[in-house]
Amino acid sequence: MKNYAYVREKSIPPSPPPLIEVGVIGWIRQNLFSSWFNSFLTLFSLYFIFICLIDFIPWAWGGHWNAKSLRECMDLDPNVACFSVLAARWEQLLFGLYPADQYWRPTLTFVFLILSIIPILFPKFFRYFWFSVIYPGLAIWLLWGGSIWSIAIIYIGVLLGVASFTVLSKGVIRSTSVNLTLSVVITLLFFLFLSSTLTGFLSYLIPISLPFVESLRMGGFTLSLIVGISGIVASFPIGILLALGRQSNLPIIKMICVGFIEFIRGVPLITLLFVASVLLNYFLPPGTNFDIVLRVVIMVTLFSAAYMAEVIRGGLAGLPLGQHEASASLGLTYWQSQRLIIMPQALKISIPGIVNTFIGLFKDTTLVSIISLRDPVGLASTIRADTKWNGIYWELYIAIGLMFFIVCFGMSQYSQYLERKLQTDK
Amino acid sequence: MSENNSAEKIDKAKMNITDEVAIRISDMNKWFGTFHVLRDINLEVKRGERIVVCGPSGSGKSTLIRCINRLEEHQKGSIVVDGTELTTDLKNIDKIRSEVGMVFQHFNLFPHLTTLENCTLAPIWVRETPEKEAKEIAMEMLEKVKIPEQANKYPGQLSGGQQQRVAIARSLCMKPRIMLFDEVTSALDPEMIKEVLDTMIQLAEEGMTMICVTHEMGFARQVADRVIFMDEGQIVEQNEPESFFNNPQSERTKLFLSQILGH
Ligand SMILES: Nc1ncnc2c1ncn2[C@@H]1O[C@H](COP(=O)(O)OP(=O)(O)O)[C@@H](O)[C@H]1O
Ligand SMILES: [Mg+2]
Repeated sequence: MKNYAYVREKSIPPSPPPLIEVGVIGWIRQNLFSSWFNSFLTLFSLYFIFICLIDFIPWAWGGHWNAKSLRECMDLDPNVACFSVLAARWEQLLFGLYPADQYWRPTLTFVFLILSIIPILFPKFFRYFWFSVIYPGLAIWLLWGGSIWSIAIIYIGVLLGVASFTVLSKGVIRSTSVNLTLSVVITLLFFLFLSSTLTGFLSYLIPISLPFVESLRMGGFTLSLIVGISGIVASFPIGILLALGRQSNLPIIKMICVGFIEFIRGVPLITLLFVASVLLNYFLPPGTNFDIVLRVVIMVTLFSAAYMAEVIRGGLAGLPLGQHEASASLGLTYWQSQRLIIMPQALKISIPGIVNTFIGLFKDTTLVSIISLRDPVGLASTIRADTKWNGIYWELYIAIGLMFFIVCFGMSQYSQYLERKLQTDK
Repeated sequence: MSENNSAEKIDKAKMNITDEVAIRISDMNKWFGTFHVLRDINLEVKRGERIVVCGPSGSGKSTLIRCINRLEEHQKGSIVVDGTELTTDLKNIDKIRSEVGMVFQHFNLFPHLTTLENCTLAPIWVRETPEKEAKEIAMEMLEKVKIPEQANKYPGQLSGGQQQRVAIARSLCMKPRIMLFDEVTSALDPEMIKEVLDTMIQLAEEGMTMICVTHEMGFARQVADRVIFMDEGQIVEQNEPESFFNNPQSERTKLFLSQILGH
């Protein structure tokens, strides 16, 4: 064994890579200049970004904020942005024609909105979920005003229904469907005969009310949020039911769901909005005052529910049959297995599609400007019709785009966070 | 198929088959459309009995045991499980399903729930067991299948053999009176087959009524009271394991045995 010249007895620990391979320089080399083609792309992209920003940044940075009109802006310096229009009209862009002395109401509604979605978005705060339940009523009352009891009575009625169901279930009748029917009947009786008297009485006893603001005064980003959020909240459960209905074994239910989905998807949203604004009046008995914002919300909801149903159907189809069989073999009922096993997985698979639909819906709310509601895009036209601001484009639309971008980007980021969080195979 | 000779013969005398009938299938027929998958099946399973069903692929073994907990509906004849006849009555079906456990070839664990949650879900929702008690039962069953330490992991983080044992534990948490196993080892890597078979042997020793579709002939020899051979939707032959393997009667059985034992 002595005929080896040298035998290393200890292994040398690996030395750190040369500085040129690590850190910022290393990263740049590896990712941006790894081949001549890659280097070319990098340089080309940098040049492209450069020419995009070379004009934009000085234009935006030096923009005027205090001019009284576009004319004045031009006189000051025609080569920079005229953000003065935003300074002059930002209230309108946010609140539409809402009475100026009442701006605190939509503002407060917006603050509460953020508080109310936290328990839904982050399970850590789920114990505050009651606030998310109260919020829709609170928001309606804050925005439209009137007596608080006319909204609270709805909650009282529903609470009565739930309470009677709980009491009945504890009592002698064991059948869930009988109890359910009974408590629905009780609730309906309440709303038919008791609710208006009770509302009057409570309003007399504890008068809390806000000045009434009519729907046509709602506008600006507030209107986008009202329509968008209501549409999102309502279309989600309807979409789930439609997707389940489409897979149902009962031919009638299946037919209705398929017919609905195909019809709605085949018709442009604008058509539906026109139906909401004009045609519905023909079908409704004369004299009925069916709120225009509510009509629009219903149409937008139906529209995105159809899309939602198809997205969720994709998720359902992606689940192996074994999941249904396993939950059935454990004795779970149809609804239990949908709620606990099938939907959580199908919805998780469909998160990107669902969020896509939500984002689409939110941006589609700008279409209401066509039926002369004053959403930000509609208001932009109104503002430009003003002689003072006639001829202004970029500054307005950039601001509007930015408002929508912030909300949509937020949704997109949240969905990515959710997908990471729900990942269970790593 | 691996012969499972390493394990000791279990003491069959300890496991007493009673006279009580757990499952009675009479003149049962099933069609998929026009395809006649099961023909005139007659089978009586006593409480505590362990039955192994084998036969070529496509012979209707899975369909047969899936009829027992109504994952498939039969069209003719009757199936009575624990004294309850399987009809279209949903109440009966839910009752039978909660008393008959089933383990599948591909585990079918719920990937969005942890191991423990997989095990507590059905007891909590179907049996209305309080959560704390359900957790205790679940831990007990996970210990029985020897993976209590994986309780808080998700199925996707476990090996195939571990997943299958969780699936067994999940069924056991419902305290079933009958267990159905459908080729539970055929999707597993060879080194994991034994851990699952050992779990099943342990169950057999405890006197569980079991119907196992499997080609693990070592397992059949060791635990089965009766081996059933199916071909083309019929029960061709059934016998005690010794006689079944050493002295098969029909030509089809002989051919099948020579194919799976022969290589
Ligand atoms: N849902 C189904 N629809 C139509 N044919 C089926 C269905 N399930 C199984 N089959 C057919 O029934 C026969 C028996 O299947 P199966 O019981 O799975 O056989 P095994 O488990 O013995 O391999 C096979 O020919 C199979 O193709
Ligand atoms: Mg099979």
